[in-house]
Amino acid sequence: MEMTDVVLETSGLVKHFPLTSGIVFKRKVGAVQAVDGVNLTLNRRETLGVVGESGCGKSTLAKLLVGLERPSAGSITVNGTDLSDLSNEELRRSRRDIQLVMQDPYTSLNPRMTVGDIIGEPFDIHTDVVPKNERQGKVRELIDLVGLNPDHINRYPHQFSGGQRQRIGIARALALRPKIIVCDEPVSALDVSVQAQVMNLLDQLQKELDLSYVFIAHDLSVVRHIADRVAVMYLGKVVEVGTHTEIYEHPTHPYTQALLSAVPVPDPTLRGMRDEIVLEGDVPSPADPPSGCRFRTRCWKAQDICATDEPALENRAERPHLSACHFAEERDVIHAAT
Amino acid sequence: MNQTTDTLTAGDGGSSGTPAGGPPLAVKDLHVEFRTRAGIAQVVNGVNFHVEAGETLAILGESGCGKSVTAQAIMGILDTPPAAITGGEILYHGTDLLKLSEVKRREVRANQIAMIFQDALSALNPVFTVGFQLAELFRVHRGMSRKDAKAKAVELLDLVKIPAARQRVTDYPHQFSGGMRQRVMIAMALALDPDVLIADEPTTALDVTVQAQIMKLLAELKDERNMGLILITHDMGVVADVADRISVMYAGRIVERANVHDIYAKPSHPYTKALLQAIPRLDQKGEDLSVIKGLPPLLTDIPPGCAFHPRCTFAQDTCKTGEAPPEYAVNASHDSACHFWKDVRGDD
Repeated sequence: MEMTDVVLETSGLVKHFPLTSGIVFKRKVGAVQAVDGVNLTLNRRETLGVVGESGCGKSTLAKLLVGLERPSAGSITVNGTDLSDLSNEELRRSRRDIQLVMQDPYTSLNPRMTVGDIIGEPFDIHTDVVPKNERQGKVRELIDLVGLNPDHINRYPHQFSGGQRQRIGIARALALRPKIIVCDEPVSALDVSVQAQVMNLLDQLQKELDLSYVFIAHDLSVVRHIADRVAVMYLGKVVEVGTHTEIYEHPTHPYTQALLSAVPVPDPTLRGMRDEIVLEGDVPSPADPPSGCRFRTRCWKAQDICATDEPALENRAERPHLSACHFAEERDVIHAAT
Repeated sequence: MNQTTDTLTAGDGGSSGTPAGGPPLAVKDLHVEFRTRAGIAQVVNGVNFHVEAGETLAILGESGCGKSVTAQAIMGILDTPPAAITGGEILYHGTDLLKLSEVKRREVRANQIAMIFQDALSALNPVFTVGFQLAELFRVHRGMSRKDAKAKAVELLDLVKIPAARQRVTDYPHQFSGGMRQRVMIAMALALDPDVLIADEPTTALDVTVQAQIMKLLAELKDERNMGLILITHDMGVVADVADRISVMYAGRIVERANVHDIYAKPSHPYTKALLQAIPRLDQKGEDLSVIKGLPPLLTDIPPGCAFHPRCTFAQDTCKTGEAPPEYAVNASHDSACHFWKDVRGDD
């Protein structure tokens, strides 16, 4: 793989939200370590899945990538330029290349704007992309591209169903011809039958428009379906990264294994035959994460070393891929039954 | 109607243990309407099912298919108006709950049939401690003293495996995590030993690792107490893991019912079959998902004939007019409301 193939890279990305106390003289009393040292790369025409439970920092990561939050430390490189080096004007320009599709199609569209205004709004901000007299036509084209009827351009969001609204969100993200789209839980608010439609649309758009996706989700089955490579996050850190096969068939981090084993499989003949790992307790608070390995409080493999030494994300086990566990060991959780 | 009685007797293996009057809960030909500004929405259109002691019945369907409204009708917590129960019976051991007075109904709700909700944070009262809310049940319905009731509350929190129950009993709902709150809900539902527990999307708001904990807990408690469990969900994975029998709902009707193994191996209604093909699976590599075209119908304007026909690949002219298809008996324990169930099953 050549350098030119990497469209997005983060290195040591950190986002801490300060916790303060006092009203007049605010003191910083701590920080929510939402994202804490994340290194990821995204190649051209690739889909990188990011999975994790609520509170693991995946949505903060999405906001950092599209520039809705400024990182506390670390850098984001898009197409070879480091975003932290740019002036505000240049930063605004670079955002055309990386757009966001949000989770909730019910709240992410302004109810007082027509569909045409919503999808055309990016052109009001980036005025030089499409000349004014061609905007209407361009918007109709976008509506058609995502599989809606262009004659509905003057309708309001409430006149559409959840799946159709998510299509509107996708059309808005495509307006500026981005190279990268960050999808933050794009299908989790949708019913199964509609979810499949939206996922197939994303797939088809990727092929047609040469897009790269960062696909953030909590649903491992959805990610398995769409992603080429997968990163598993826990409490602000990436604990395992690998190709589709490496993560799903040869997971080495205990958290990945537990997560995979907890997903119910729609096949009653496998009942009671699967390798069941039921984790104890809940995810600790990101304001006060455990020392050493952050997963050790729920891990069945934890030893003394896990509390003192933070395991690095490095190549481990027989089929080497990045895993942050001192005791990384393959365990085939999904196929255990067969 | 004959078919109803057939299915009721078919799976009736537990007649020895149950009191006279049939299964703990049976719903017969239930109809619920909502009067809205857009017209009358027919949300539940002749639903039949029953649940036996110690068994798990899953009611599966997408949003707006009427599954939660059915549960609320059973509990008697529908807002009327706009809702109105326009027909049918809800039988608890043979007694029609719809004919009882509100006072009697309240007793049933406390002691015999309990429900847990999807969103535990909004189902619990934020201004009282968890212990107070649990103890209240015993004080009101069992006439216990405050002290005894509180001891009972601690016992219950222990039962649902909340660590350090004695300390946590004085905490407020917002001090618990999502999974712990759902445990509190379960404790509250089980407090007065119901025979039937209705769980409406109990794990939808939870993370997968926590979902696994809660489903395991529910299954254990169901077996221990020999309760009938009605699990309302849209998640075909959860259903495959825990259910004994399944009823699939679409546009206010049950379109297919069978035991869990039959329905996944040989779906006999086009909707069930399409749903199973539309879900991405963890244990299978991703190819193009097959899609159910179109959208579920508006309940104010349900298509004539079979409600699924505009989205169905098997639909013929007979599906598009007249009455909805009856439930054909595929075999002794499998019914499908599709004229062409034989084609849907196929023999491939």
